[in-house]
Amino acid sequence: MSSEKKSGVPEESEHGLEKQGYSIGEILKQRGVSRRDFLKFCTAMTAAMSLPASFAPSVAQALDEVKRPTLVWLNFQDCTGDTEALLRAANPTVGEIILDILSVDYHETIMAAAGHQADEALEKTITAHKGKYICVVEGSISMKDGGVYGCTSGKTHLEIARRVCGDALATIAIGTCAAYGGIAAAVPNPTGAVGVSDAVPGITVINLPGCPCNADNLTATVVHYLVFGKIPVMDSKGRPLFAYGKRIHDNCERRPHFDAGQYVEQWGDDAHRKGFCLYKMGCKGPATFHNCPTQRYNEKTSWPVASGHGCAGCSEPQFWDTMSPMYRRLPNVPGFGIEATADKIGLGLVVGAGAAFAVHGALSALRKDKEPEETKEG
Amino acid sequence: MARIVVDPITRIEGHLRIEAEIEGGFIKDAWSSATMFRGIEKILRGRDPRDAWFWTQRFCGVCTTVHSIASIRAVEDALKIKIPPNAQLIRNIIMGIQNVQDHVIHFYHLHALDWVDITSGLKADPTKTAALAASISDWPNNSATYFKGVQDKVAAFVASGRLGPFANAYWGHPAYKLPPEANLMATAHYLEALEWQKDVIKIHAILGSKNPHPQSFLVGGMSIPIDPDSQNALNADKLYEIKRLLKKAQQFVEKVYIPDLLAIASFYKEWAGIGGGVGNYLSYGEFPDANGNLWFPSGALLNKDLSNVIPVDQGKIAEYVDHSWFENSAGAGKGLHPFEGETEVNYTGPKPPYKNLDTDAKYSFVKSPRYEEKSMEVGPLARILVAYASGHKETKAAVDMVLGKLGVGAPALFSTLGRTAARGIDALLIAQQTPKWLDELIGNISKGDYRIHNNENWDPSTWPVEAKGYGFHEAPRGALGHWIRIKDQKILNYQAVVPSTWNASPRDAKGQRGAYEAALVGTPVADQNKPLEILRTIHSFDPCLACAVHVMDVNGNELVKVKVS
Repeated sequence: MSSEKKSGVPEESEHGLEKQGYSIGEILKQRGVSRRDFLKFCTAMTAAMSLPASFAPSVAQALDEVKRPTLVWLNFQDCTGDTEALLRAANPTVGEIILDILSVDYHETIMAAAGHQADEALEKTITAHKGKYICVVEGSISMKDGGVYGCTSGKTHLEIARRVCGDALATIAIGTCAAYGGIAAAVPNPTGAVGVSDAVPGITVINLPGCPCNADNLTATVVHYLVFGKIPVMDSKGRPLFAYGKRIHDNCERRPHFDAGQYVEQWGDDAHRKGFCLYKMGCKGPATFHNCPTQRYNEKTSWPVASGHGCAGCSEPQFWDTMSPMYRRLPNVPGFGIEATADKIGLGLVVGAGAAFAVHGALSALRKDKEPEETKEG
Repeated sequence: MARIVVDPITRIEGHLRIEAEIEGGFIKDAWSSATMFRGIEKILRGRDPRDAWFWTQRFCGVCTTVHSIASIRAVEDALKIKIPPNAQLIRNIIMGIQNVQDHVIHFYHLHALDWVDITSGLKADPTKTAALAASISDWPNNSATYFKGVQDKVAAFVASGRLGPFANAYWGHPAYKLPPEANLMATAHYLEALEWQKDVIKIHAILGSKNPHPQSFLVGGMSIPIDPDSQNALNADKLYEIKRLLKKAQQFVEKVYIPDLLAIASFYKEWAGIGGGVGNYLSYGEFPDANGNLWFPSGALLNKDLSNVIPVDQGKIAEYVDHSWFENSAGAGKGLHPFEGETEVNYTGPKPPYKNLDTDAKYSFVKSPRYEEKSMEVGPLARILVAYASGHKETKAAVDMVLGKLGVGAPALFSTLGRTAARGIDALLIAQQTPKWLDELIGNISKGDYRIHNNENWDPSTWPVEAKGYGFHEAPRGALGHWIRIKDQKILNYQAVVPSTWNASPRDAKGQRGAYEAALVGTPVADQNKPLEILRTIHSFDPCLACAVHVMDVNGNELVKVKVS
């Protein structure tokens, strides 16, 4: 201990590791994290960022040189699902994130301080690290009636967002609510809910939609910044290409069944048990950009299609309105024949996805096979 | 008399504000206010009832399964759908592990820091800590080397000068009573539980694709197919993994959570006399078998009377808005049953930024549900008390074990400490029971029963023109109910009365306090600038505010005039 108050409460150390300019790699060593574990983490991150495995040493080297960055996490009109997703993170774990990788100076769900002591912690952080901290926003922001539908500490979430996101290096909008307004913004949007980039125009926002966001994509985004010193390339909807650059349908393990015309017709039928395509049960994979099929959830245990349920389209703006009813099949998705057709279909399904298509035009020329019947409900 | 405000109440789900008047070192009166809402019930109108579970699931990402369960039950009730036994068992396993995992996270990550001073643990002797731990549990991790490692890790973290989420807390507060060794032990288990929770909840990923927000619920059953001969279905490999994780869950509860709970509680026994609150308890019962019989019984208790368990009648529930930012055409002082639920938002609070709310007027986005006009407490304490009073064998044994080890009688349960202890008992009972549902499921599969869904009424064209139903669920935080009206294959009206609506409710027309408010009255506060004691009592309820504040519709009251036969 370098210094302690009478109460036994350690003060901000003048000789703290960060203040001496130690890197994350050194801090981890100091805390007993083995080099091997550190490299394991770097390899996992390299994979999450869709980089070739040969990049792992560069990731390690970059992290070796970066200091523990400051992060503040704001909860607005949310369900705390993205925070829970963070708690499930595995590479790194939330314990490593809190103790080793980042300095999480404000997060209402986990922080020890409450009330005005919590306010002080936020104020102190955003003042001391102005322009240098990362802000994560979870939940939409109510714009109606002066923002009275969301208040913390007597202040509207809009006011808090303007201040805290405005002074941040960059803001990560985690989950579909923070990115695009999400469920609260679904018709008729009773509270005038919007995403961060609409509430606070002009700031740097990285959208990580998903309901909830896959925590691997959050850690990969932060590491991307630490490693490359810049924010990742994003599509027209503000989503990093490394996580949202490909369509679920194109990476789906059940895609061969779609192309072969093998569909689940009824829950629990033989085709369902055999893992056939869920298109007819309402799967929104053909209209959704997300890395669920490859990244999966809960340490790669599973993802919705693998549990026998269609994709809900949760990483797309306004999916609550545009992708529902959930069990109605998407209209007019023929078996993919040639690239041009695929893009045409995709553009028809996903409004404004042009930027994403520009980079992911790697659809293989698939043999045009049976086409699904036209939807009865759709 | 001093008025203090704690906003934000941290280490909860959602946005909660407490205002309290303090006199002579004790809370004289208190007000609970929820300061955020979204209006999901309004948004649900006109949509497909089969989708409702997916929407209501987003009421809350912490108790991430509970609104799905209540919703599919409500729709199944309305459409008279009976689900296959395997779907019921899979739901029980999903609910069971949700409860256990949620309770452990609450104890270590949301509540423990009210009782545990992490910084004090730096002064602990790791060898003595290991001896303390060995005296209460044979958990293999509890060695001196292990505690030394944790202590070094925390020391290095503190030395970095960046305390992150542990900065600016109430460390060193006189109300912290644990010796350094107990603080170190709890800190070590805080970190260990952080690892454990993400492992055991993989059961949700296996059965439901992911957690939070698993996605395999269906009206009529579940979407996860069963077929031991398929790699794309629930097979032996996946069932065995669930078995392993359930064992891991049970062991942690038995060998870490319960011993820590008892050890910590033994230093804070005065809290068995603080925070009692309304003294009325409501539980809907849970974990149906194939015939619909509930493992935990339902019932209501009034005035802390354990000798009279009153049968629950959903018709006796009504919601009031006299102190909530809503209007109600039924008029002041009148409540409405959820089927008639009709509420118009009308924020009349101060213009932000504000210092204080006008608590004589309306002061919260939470409504005030009442049972026969009585304020009720719901949650693990209510669940355990109802089961205990009903003579539920397993509950009785677990409650008597805990009371015996703490050397206190049953009245100690009506308190802040009792609430926290009941949550542990609940976790223990469910952790021990859930593997039995898995065994039953495996038994069914062995006999060739692979059914997971009842398709009979899946197609909306089979539905009556109008239908209504309700679904009850004992969520981790207590009694949860969803009420749905369906017309022309669409949602006509949807209402949810959730656990934290009961507990966080503001006063009703009669001035009766909600459960948080009542529990805070009489709580001591040693330092009003650091109201640690308020956090203890509020956290003992495990607040979940996003759930509680969902009930609103802006101008849709015309819909309730429709009569359903």
